[in-house]
Amino acid sequence: MDGFDPVLLARWQFAFTVSFHIIFPAFTIGLASYLAVLEALWLATGRSTFLTLFNYWKKIFAVTFAMGVVSGLVMSYQFGTNWSVFADKAGPVIGPLMGYEVLTAFFLEAGFLGVMLFGLNKVGRGLHFVATLMVAIGTFISAFWILSANSWMQTPAGYAVNAAGQFTPADWWAIIFNPSFPYRLVHMVIAAYLTTALVVGAVGAWHLLRDRLNEHSRVMFSMAMWMLTLVAPVQILAGDQHGLNTLEHQPAKIAAMEGHFETRAGAPLILFGWPDMAAEQTLYEIAIPQLGSLILTHDWNGVVRGLKDWPKEDRPNALILFWSFRIMVGLGVLMLGLGLWSLWGRLRGTLYDMKLLHVAALLMGPMGFVAVLAGWVTTEAGRQPYTVYGLLRTAQSAAPVDAEAVGASLIAFILVYFAVFGAGVFYLLRLMSKPPHEGEPDSPSDAHLRSAGIVPAPALESVGELQPHPEERR
Amino acid sequence: MFDLPFIWAAIIAFAVLAYVVMDGFDLGIGILFPFYKSEADRDRMMNSVAPVWDGNETWLVLGGGGMFAVFPLAYAVIMPALYAPIIIMLLGLVFRGVAFEFRWRTRRGKFLWDWSFAVGSIAATFAQGIALGTIVQGIPVADRAYAGGWWNWLTLFSLFTGLALVVGYALLGATWLILKTEHELQAKSYRFALVLGPATLILIGLVSLWTPFLEPLYMERWFTWPRMLYTVPVPLLVAGAAYLLIRGLLRREELTPFLSALALFVLSYIGIGISFYPYIVPPTLTISDAAAPDESLAFLLIGAVVLVPIILAYTGYAYWVFRGKVGTEGYH
Repeated sequence: MDGFDPVLLARWQFAFTVSFHIIFPAFTIGLASYLAVLEALWLATGRSTFLTLFNYWKKIFAVTFAMGVVSGLVMSYQFGTNWSVFADKAGPVIGPLMGYEVLTAFFLEAGFLGVMLFGLNKVGRGLHFVATLMVAIGTFISAFWILSANSWMQTPAGYAVNAAGQFTPADWWAIIFNPSFPYRLVHMVIAAYLTTALVVGAVGAWHLLRDRLNEHSRVMFSMAMWMLTLVAPVQILAGDQHGLNTLEHQPAKIAAMEGHFETRAGAPLILFGWPDMAAEQTLYEIAIPQLGSLILTHDWNGVVRGLKDWPKEDRPNALILFWSFRIMVGLGVLMLGLGLWSLWGRLRGTLYDMKLLHVAALLMGPMGFVAVLAGWVTTEAGRQPYTVYGLLRTAQSAAPVDAEAVGASLIAFILVYFAVFGAGVFYLLRLMSKPPHEGEPDSPSDAHLRSAGIVPAPALESVGELQPHPEERR
Repeated sequence: MFDLPFIWAAIIAFAVLAYVVMDGFDLGIGILFPFYKSEADRDRMMNSVAPVWDGNETWLVLGGGGMFAVFPLAYAVIMPALYAPIIIMLLGLVFRGVAFEFRWRTRRGKFLWDWSFAVGSIAATFAQGIALGTIVQGIPVADRAYAGGWWNWLTLFSLFTGLALVVGYALLGATWLILKTEHELQAKSYRFALVLGPATLILIGLVSLWTPFLEPLYMERWFTWPRMLYTVPVPLLVAGAAYLLIRGLLRREELTPFLSALALFVLSYIGIGISFYPYIVPPTLTISDAAAPDESLAFLLIGAVVLVPIILAYTGYAYWVFRGKVGTEGYH
């Protein structure tokens, strides 16, 4: 029976757990940098608004980070539980990359997070800012290593194969800086920044819609819109470069993304359609003639390869890639549009009065996450049917575990993740629904952060009442 | 002897020990949670580990991730063999990890996260104990892969080691609370520790007596001359730590009970090391069988040699910042 294929179940399990996980780091990578910027601005200008915003977003960061930690822990063991053959074969190459991630990033984040959350009053401004910076740098280093490992699976380089069939490292520089890594790193880090900007912008917009005079809402909305205005175009450029890199190294992925089955000169750009893998053609297509060749080869009559160039068993699923890619690109264009719209409002001096812009920013709030997920679906499903592209098939990577075991654990993950992280997202939304206000509690009185160890006993007793708006607690 | 696989085995062993030492007491607090009813007590218990739990758990990532990097074959064999316990451990850690943040985010639902913390901690610990027992009793390997069924881990022995670890971590938790709290909460923790201490010792004794009969290899490790010269000190030191633990508890000392409880764990761990060496997956894969190529080991070793001391330094600093009793004026 198809549904009980252990490899398919293992793929679903990985897809599910990694999709949930990436949501949190996509947000914390950006948010850690935002916190560092806020604190730097506060230290430089002494303006209390920045400190208030810092303390406001710090609480949100803490909750998100906790979810990222526990969902990430799952990932580090899943290579072994479900993909043990892959672990044995690719471990000598990508294992050390992840080892470096733990040593250089995870410990750094975990070590300084306590100091960052625990507040200024204990260690002083200078050291506290160092802690905030360390956390931000840690998230970036983490992205560096994990994207290097992922990119190596996409575009393996610098390896040899030993008698046991393991990939062995031949040139670490070539492994780490494999051909797709720089593109993927830039694309993902910018994506994290945009995702964060969209969330911050949506929260700012929400509070502006309720009170457009709130200084804090204004500052965060303005900062977020600057980010979109300046960085969304850069991201589109980076994405284009990443795409050309993929065309060079994984042309089958591009063919699937574009819905091309036939190899031809002067290929059209298919805007919409329904790629049918069985029929080997894209149905109901709406296409612009020759534009596909122009974009991909920079020549009206350039030859673009179609999926039929590859044997059936070597093709990624075009239906998934075609649509996930379009969702990502579509959202990217919307982000650019929002950025330009806000720039127009800013130049007219009406940034804080345009209700429609605020509504749009609010609606775009979660779209960074959707775009990140769509992008990852595109690149990961596009790597199929391989785990190490062109070298190790997915079907030959899985652990010798029974379908029942994989299925049961998949169900357990689904139930637990929706319950636990669902609750977490609810708490995040509730934190965001409260407007930032002057005197946003910092750790020493804000005992519900993990700094609580430092508050006097009487404060602990009433720790639940320390919310600025107890009446809003439900 | 000082080849790269051996050095790495020592580093991974250290990471796992560091994990047991550091996360043991904070899991133990979760295990004890249901026995402390008052909300104020629970807040204080949680606060005593809240600043450090994240770093503590990172050692588990280093243990797993490090093994993936330097002993990929052992990792590829052990993880499928321990399939269910590992999944249960991971889910348990999810429940308890988020509780640190979530329980402060709701009044109405706080009790849920209290339960999440307790049940998650117990499940994760029990699963770790089962995992240990499963590895001790031996993992069948054929053709570079795990060759057993996915219920092999479920034996009387592994359930027993699971129970032993729950009791042992609870002892670490209770002695940690003695160190970090005062008054009623501390008095209660003394009472728990006086029950958990002897219970832990009995369980360590039973597991130690049981283990040599599981595998002739272990019998030979422990009871052949002249190897016994190395092994005999271990039980003697255990007896010494046990004496200090019980005496410390009876004399109402604050630091000795925690340190002696840790010593019990370290000694038991050394005992397991004696049983295993040079195997990493007894009774088939040795350290050198399972090791990644030297290029991988050397590359990561550079990082480990430089970074692990730095990590220990700032971890030590974090503990130093949060030293002393939880919730006393001394902190301001």
